[in-house]
Amino acid sequence: MWRLSFEEEIMRSGVIAKKIGMTRIFREDGRQVPVTVLKLEKLQVVAQRTLEKDGYCALKLGAGTVKAKNCNKALRGQFSIANVEPKKRLKEFRVSSDNLIDVGQEIGVGHYVEGQYVDVSGMSIGKGFAGAMKRHNFSGLRASHGVSVSHRSHGSTGQCQDPGRVFKGKKMAGHLGDASVTIQNLQVVRTDPDKGLIMIKGAVPGAKGGWVTLKDAVKKKAIVSVPYPTAAISEPKAEIEMKSGELGDDSQKLDDVKKSEDKPITEGKNQPDLEIKDES
Amino acid sequence: MNIIEQLDNDQITKLGKNIPDFSPGDTLRVGYKVSEGSRSRVQNYEGVVISRKGGDGIAASFTVRKISFGEGVERVFPLHSPNIENITVVRRGKVRRAKLYYLRDRSGKSARIAEKTNYKPSGSNK
Repeated sequence: MWRLSFEEEIMRSGVIAKKIGMTRIFREDGRQVPVTVLKLEKLQVVAQRTLEKDGYCALKLGAGTVKAKNCNKALRGQFSIANVEPKKRLKEFRVSSDNLIDVGQEIGVGHYVEGQYVDVSGMSIGKGFAGAMKRHNFSGLRASHGVSVSHRSHGSTGQCQDPGRVFKGKKMAGHLGDASVTIQNLQVVRTDPDKGLIMIKGAVPGAKGGWVTLKDAVKKKAIVSVPYPTAAISEPKAEIEMKSGELGDDSQKLDDVKKSEDKPITEGKNQPDLEIKDES
Repeated sequence: MNIIEQLDNDQITKLGKNIPDFSPGDTLRVGYKVSEGSRSRVQNYEGVVISRKGGDGIAASFTVRKISFGEGVERVFPLHSPNIENITVVRRGKVRRAKLYYLRDRSGKSARIAEKTNYKPSGSNK
């Protein structure tokens, strides 16, 4: 049943981005905004998952570059079918059927608009085997009053003969970090289309140079100006809108033909328009 | 140059602040924009620089200490803040520390700083 509701919802693709580092931005009134700089590196659609063929709708995106010789044969096959360069990171994003993007199309920072909210997921920095104080914010034991050696240990782990065991899930020392973490509702402060950068308010999981995924925030309402299914880079936007409008009709084949014909002309026309949009 | 450095430098040039060469021990007059309702005015804050942090990068700041009505007051200014209208060096001080936090425990005669008489502006500073 949940799949049905999945399809009814308008879901836009997310992106794969590289964490560059953090800096700050001065607002005109002197306020400082801490931002994490993320970079989109050759982000392209590698494959589509469609309702007819796969039973669900999704986009497989690839980002970064890797040498073809370091890529296994199975992946190389996928890339050659999509006719894209070998990608370092692959990730599937669930989308609604009207938000599918053509294979091979590049996704740029225009995908996000300033002020919108995103959820950012990544692998947190690994901390190794950590004690209960660091891992679960336990208070530890006292500094004096007879405590010896075990100042940073956890205390009791349970009761007595009844139940006579330690309950499952008891917070204890163990491996910390290097886990998948999602931070919700981070605001996009600025985008830089020339450099391919997205600046997001606050910190995101992972180390510099690590990969994170961005999705539209699930707990915030979408901004109206957000482009569906994505902002045009290599393809004119008007065409994409037209295509999504006609998806319900049976004229898909006709549409495809039209697209291949129109492509070079509309591309030239729409490009200056696009640049203005990005600046604003 | 890496991307973060580039972004920082771009922003610093965009902010276009004229920052004089000053160091801990100097007495500064900082014109700071204060907005009262709709209108804003410039408020002067004069005191001794007791610390500088972050070099001259985008995150740099400096601390100015003064004695106001017998009470020590310290203010931390972001070096590149758009709210700073101007910075004037009133007096160059001769000190042997980078952080003059010891001034917090002193008052009156012992909190004086000798004037630097042989100040030479270095070319590398802005």
